[in-house]
Amino acid sequence: MDPAQFLTAPRVTIVAGKGGVGKTTVTATLALAAARLGLKALVIEIEGKSGLPALFGQAALDYHEQVLITVDTPNGTGEVRARTLTPDESLVEYLRDHGLKRISKRLADSGALDMVATATPGIKDVLILGKVKQLESTGAADVIIVDAPAAGHAITFLSSAEGLLDAVKVGPIETQAREVRALLTDAARCQVVLVTLPEETPVNELVETAYRLEDRVGIKLGPVVVNGIFPPLPGLEISAARAAKSDGITLDPDVAAALDAAASFRRDREALQAEQITRLARELPLDQIHLPFVFRSDLGPEALGELSDHLTAELDALDAAVSGS
Amino acid sequence: MTAMPDDDVIAPMSEVAATSAIVLCCGSGGVGKTTTAAVIALEAARLGRRAVVVTIDPAKRLADALGLSELTNTPTRIDGPWDGELSALMLDTESTFNGLVARYAGSADQAEKILTNRFYRNIAGALSGTQEYMATEKLYELSSEGGFDLIVVDTPPTRNALDFLEAPGRLAKFLGHPLYRMVTAPTRGIVKAVNMAAQPFLRSVGKVVGGDVIADAIAFFAAFDGMEEGFKQRAAMVEHLLADDHTSFVLVASPRRDTVEEAAFFAGRLADMQLSVRAVVVNRIYPYFGSGLEDAIAGIAATDGSPLADHVHNLTELDAIAGAEREHLVPLQTSVAPAPLIEVPLLSFEVHDLESLRALGDHLFDRV
Repeated sequence: MDPAQFLTAPRVTIVAGKGGVGKTTVTATLALAAARLGLKALVIEIEGKSGLPALFGQAALDYHEQVLITVDTPNGTGEVRARTLTPDESLVEYLRDHGLKRISKRLADSGALDMVATATPGIKDVLILGKVKQLESTGAADVIIVDAPAAGHAITFLSSAEGLLDAVKVGPIETQAREVRALLTDAARCQVVLVTLPEETPVNELVETAYRLEDRVGIKLGPVVVNGIFPPLPGLEISAARAAKSDGITLDPDVAAALDAAASFRRDREALQAEQITRLARELPLDQIHLPFVFRSDLGPEALGELSDHLTAELDALDAAVSGS
Repeated sequence: MTAMPDDDVIAPMSEVAATSAIVLCCGSGGVGKTTTAAVIALEAARLGRRAVVVTIDPAKRLADALGLSELTNTPTRIDGPWDGELSALMLDTESTFNGLVARYAGSADQAEKILTNRFYRNIAGALSGTQEYMATEKLYELSSEGGFDLIVVDTPPTRNALDFLEAPGRLAKFLGHPLYRMVTAPTRGIVKAVNMAAQPFLRSVGKVVGGDVIADAIAFFAAFDGMEEGFKQRAAMVEHLLADDHTSFVLVASPRRDTVEEAAFFAGRLADMQLSVRAVVVNRIYPYFGSGLEDAIAGIAATDGSPLADHVHNLTELDAIAGAEREHLVPLQTSVAPAPLIEVPLLSFEVHDLESLRALGDHLFDRV
């Protein structure tokens, strides 16, 4: 399996993880990697505010699709498109498509949707996932990447169909929930990529989320993305003064002390990271994709390009390991 | 302008821990709110006060450190080498809500009807803002029962920190829903409820989601009849408590742009509500290594790829992050001024026991 197959074999990839682990960055990286392979990727943002368009140097998203980037490749022109999905708009659209236009207007205008959503938790999530399912089945793109709600909300989000089917036994919403469940439990159509940082709390949460998603939703888990790993700097193994000496330089003691403090800080962080990566591998038997820490305050198109190269290389490497075993 | 020497100045966070009756730690998820709340309560206990920390969803090892290996909806004392008292509890949203229903129900029968209603159980577990509402409810309960000098509340990890402020009014507003009024007025009771389900509009809604859902909702609203006034009063009292002079809002952020923006936005909303931020805590900020040595470091002529080049590269990269992070903080600092912004550096250890909480406290309370 090559990176293109990873991205298209199940057409829908849902990216989930705790807030602050770089979920949106990974979403954008996957989409760009797809575009660079000549594929058409559609990113779906669930949470309103998102840094996704900014990563491509673009303005905010809305319910309409927007092209974030096009890439000319030997395999044709790849692109990343993006849009948001909201439950209200998804419901109105769904009802309209099913000949229930008049109800949809009254539902929205009277505020009854709020009441219904309260009465049946999960209905909003099912409406959103239902729209994702529609985009998937109509072949709206080669690759559909969903930037899922953060953390524990991902479990609620993805188990919404199951929960709703307990409460609602008839009607169009029930049909919708059934179809969503069929999508989520079909490994050929849908996978989840969980994202974490190599730190204790995010790793704990990821492991817990992974098991709960498998148990409760029965969804296929793809490789785990470990984000923000410090790239190794072997020179830090010796002191700054010794390193300088081998370069024929004598450092000012203050400068040497500052370099040593920085080196020691980095080594400590690296050791913590290595420990957590090992623990993750022990506690969760899934392939890992490692993405490097990006030494920039604001990620932009250029850094995203580097990350997507990394991602593609890591996917390739995973394949090599699999075929070699 | 005061001209006190530095060592006479009380660290701003120490003052918060020493003088507040209530501290609310607010901010986006994943910024270290729970840890910050725990450190503030610990500090108050060290200062001889009786402190309790209300946590929402602590990481397992921190929960263990606080003696919260399981959900406890009542304060549990933690023993340790401090003059005051330290207690902790982990909010149980559902049982807090059940307690509230039981309190305002006219009879045991009414309470039972509500507590067993499926619609209610959905709300108790999932209505957006319920967790926030119950956190304020718990705060009110602890405050009115007395027994603590300081209550520190870790607010729920919500995407929108504002939910917390709006929570007390939310249920009251929910009970003002048109459907509720349709069900409860002008006639009352089950007969009316049955008629309601036959209403053309609700029949249409029922067509979409199924009739059971509507029936549950109607039964819920009917059962709630007469309780809304109690809930409204309670919400008003909680709002009053949040506005008290001895209530301190502490914003917690990480140096990431999005959490900083969220914190600045939250500060603005607090200001709109005539509430003020006492301090901003920015956790996990990168320390500077080369301050004042920039020229000397830039002047090092290391051979490409040599160990020395790695050293220079490392310091430069780390300091670039430190610089960028502080740039993110400038607008926040401006928007909360004169409240202080306290930087807590990224530490080389994980905070999950009392020892590391103490070490974190040394940074938060300026003892390093």
